[in-house]
Amino acid sequence: MPLFISHSEDTASRKLDGEMLVASFRTSTLFSLNEMATFIWELADGQTPLDEIVDRICREYDVDRETALQDATDLADKLARNGILERSESAFPTQKGGTSA
Amino acid sequence: MSLIAEVHSKALRLGIPLNVHVDITYRCNERCQHCYLDHEDAGEMSTDEVKDGLRQLAQAGAFFLTISGGEPLLRRDCLEILAYARKLSFNVKLKTNGLLIGEQQAAQLCELGIEQVQISVYSHRSSVHDSITKIRGSWLRTLEAIRRLKSQGLRVTIANVLMKENIQDYAEVQALARELGVHCTLDPTITPKMDGNTDILAMRISGDRLAPVFHDPSLVGNVDEFCAPPGPVDDDILDGIPCSAGHTSCYISPYGDVYPCVQFPLTCGNLRKQSFWEIWRGSPQFKEVRSIRARELHTCSGCTHVGTCSRCPGLAYMEGDMRGPSRADCDKAYVRTGIPSAQMIKRSRDRNSVAASRLVQISIVEPCLPVD
Repeated sequence: MPLFISHSEDTASRKLDGEMLVASFRTSTLFSLNEMATFIWELADGQTPLDEIVDRICREYDVDRETALQDATDLADKLARNGILERSESAFPTQKGGTSA
Repeated sequence: MSLIAEVHSKALRLGIPLNVHVDITYRCNERCQHCYLDHEDAGEMSTDEVKDGLRQLAQAGAFFLTISGGEPLLRRDCLEILAYARKLSFNVKLKTNGLLIGEQQAAQLCELGIEQVQISVYSHRSSVHDSITKIRGSWLRTLEAIRRLKSQGLRVTIANVLMKENIQDYAEVQALARELGVHCTLDPTITPKMDGNTDILAMRISGDRLAPVFHDPSLVGNVDEFCAPPGPVDDDILDGIPCSAGHTSCYISPYGDVYPCVQFPLTCGNLRKQSFWEIWRGSPQFKEVRSIRARELHTCSGCTHVGTCSRCPGLAYMEGDMRGPSRADCDKAYVRTGIPSAQMIKRSRDRNSVAASRLVQISIVEPCLPVD
């Protein structure tokens, strides 16, 4: 079953010096994502399956697919638990996903 | 160090305008006594110009965006501008008086994902609030807007500007905020009008009436800590940056003028003539503001309050010298701690000096005049 991830609607984000800053309005919390998490956040457009994101991680970084898939899944779970990412087994409507400059 | 402090530190190191305040109009449907703006429209940026400015700000790394006015919702394209700002993933705060927020607008603002709506409430009494805004019924409409926004789940903050007319009501405004389930901030700062007119400064609260506010634990927490005498001044303080204006924050007027801060009317450029990045990185005015360190402040560097004072360089600029003291902040430091600022001591010496020189001059014709 494919997994799709998308930014939660009540978030704002901006990339500063390679790291993504994410604000959650729901919890009034600020998050700073590391390089790998930033990479995943930027691809979390609600349209790209997590499998494909993992493929891109493997191409970009020197990491085996199994490790990358585990890390990406764990990270998606963690961000979802913090309310800044949403997961779905089908693609999100196209207007979701946000735009980060 | 907290994450937000780390982020600001990073923005400072990288020269990123993390916080930007954009007024999209100076027009307003209230006429607040203490307002520093001229409400005539002198050529507001078009929708496309505002959007282009926002796009440039996002590219420059701006994240915390305040959209304000005047009353921003007087612009028919306000919601379109807010939607575009959200599309660019800004963390958006909207400052409004709420008079134009009906059920539909409240729902739209919620749908857009506005982080916070800030609304001015000057009193728990409609008569006092309406007297300040000069609009009968404004208090009631503003409170209705707050309730609508809250019912949509939006985060609302009441901003209470303290002045002579409403100083006695601040505790009741706090109670009103609690009843409404919203946050409340107080600010005793009244600034000169942007054209330099200082008449409205007569509304500032005098020190003796401000003292109880600064010693109210419900506002400041630990009074002993808040009002403690400042600690010793070291090199870190003297080499520090006096304010974030021009370093990690800036202000853009409805006409595209770029300033270090809404309270610092030093024009650094205009978006209709240059790109934001050219202005932000290249303007001589921004460079001058950024070059200032506490050590170089001619009066404040020798002041015991230099490390803890909330000195506003914009207010100092409006008083004539961006490297000088701001009288309002000197007063606040004195009211808070009971220790006079360097400027107050200097003024006192100058007065004594003038009195002495007058005595000498007068003594020529009236040798029996008693010493002042």
